[in-house]
Amino acid sequence: MIELKNIHKSFGDLKVLKGIDLKVKNKEVLSVIGASGSGKSTMLYCINGLEPIQGGSISVDGVVVNDKATDLNKLRQKIGMVFQQWNSFPHLTALENVALAPRVVKGLSKNEAKEIAAKQLAHVGIGDKLDVYPSALSGGQQQRLAIARALAMEPKYMLFDEATSALDPELVGEVLDTMRMLASEGMTMIVVTHEMGFARDVSDRVAFFHEGRVEEIGPAKTVLSSPKSEHLQKFLAKVH
Amino acid sequence: MDYQFLWRPVFKALPELVDAALLTMEVSIISMIIGLSIGLLLSFGRRSKHFVPRTLSTIWVELARNTPVLFQIFFFYWGLGEFGIFLSSYVAVVTALSFNTAGYMAETFRGGFNAISNTQMQASRSLGMSFLQTQRYIIIPQVLRVVYYPMTNQFIWVILMSSLGMLAGLRELTGETMYFNSRTFRTFEFFAVTAVIYYIIAKLVMIAARLLGWKIFKGGKI
Repeated sequence: MIELKNIHKSFGDLKVLKGIDLKVKNKEVLSVIGASGSGKSTMLYCINGLEPIQGGSISVDGVVVNDKATDLNKLRQKIGMVFQQWNSFPHLTALENVALAPRVVKGLSKNEAKEIAAKQLAHVGIGDKLDVYPSALSGGQQQRLAIARALAMEPKYMLFDEATSALDPELVGEVLDTMRMLASEGMTMIVVTHEMGFARDVSDRVAFFHEGRVEEIGPAKTVLSSPKSEHLQKFLAKVH
Repeated sequence: MDYQFLWRPVFKALPELVDAALLTMEVSIISMIIGLSIGLLLSFGRRSKHFVPRTLSTIWVELARNTPVLFQIFFFYWGLGEFGIFLSSYVAVVTALSFNTAGYMAETFRGGFNAISNTQMQASRSLGMSFLQTQRYIIIPQVLRVVYYPMTNQFIWVILMSSLGMLAGLRELTGETMYFNSRTFRTFEFFAVTAVIYYIIAKLVMIAARLLGWKIFKGGKI
């Protein structure tokens, strides 16, 4: 379980998160929606400790992320993250991109790591691109490569930071399909997204962020079809 | 124009010239290796949060880049005598060229590190890799690609700069040429052959670097 209690986060004088409370149960898919700058992505970066917080507490399976004594490198092994700009490693082939962390972090042998990498690449549908460098892959393929790279560490949780926002429209579908597949396999996911269709169909719950606070949260269909908050109504009117 | 070219003295001296060219290469390679290593450290120093390493690195880079190389060689050869430190020609030249190269490479490395987006660091850390593992497997391999060709140029530059070593008494290629010139007075002939030797060295280094770069960096664009 991922649990956020009263999270406060600022960049200098700019307050980005102003008291976030959230619980994500195992095997749950939570979609997070809201306008740009509402703090959705920042929250993801806080969950795996890539960004420090100034107040409150975050725990993942009872381990406190913002505790100085916590071994973040160990904790991050069970929290996969997929970025908006996919961030593939350009100097490594697809197979090496995926095999690196299992080898270096988990200490697997080269062959074991490659086997896992090949399996994960096939799982996301690019098993025929093992020896290709990222520059020769489309955006959608690079994003699936990034998903495979995260999955190779066998994480318990997956965080998606606007995974499809930087893609050409015709490539969005293949990445969303991959994410759907993960959800159906029972992966616990927090998905920051602008894809309302995905939020409605795939997620169990939807949280609406407004100016650093969770303004509305509940079952996906309820929140999206009969929003209570005025801000959410306005937001949905704009994105539809 | 009734000058008679006389090449025989040059050909007779060829073994000595080749030995001197080898000394030129030796001095250049050693200076380059030391300069590169210190340059990498200085580039970390310049980006450090701490005052002392940042200031020391900055002073080094500023001095190395804003004073003449010849002066730097003189400084290490004669300038340290006041403190009872007397370096041989060889050591003084290697020290000066390393000092100079470190200053230039520090800035090249800094540019290389800046060229790698911080998102690479985030992606790597999110997989559980430590800061050092990220540097080793993700950041530095990419920086090396960015700085590889500037590094090659610097190496050729060091080879050419090493000719200044003769002014501190080092009998490298230029020093040896001047020695034979004063013994035989076949000035043009010796200078012409030495020019050809320098040219061949520089071209060979360039071609070798291209081939090596092509072999190491095939695939994977940044």
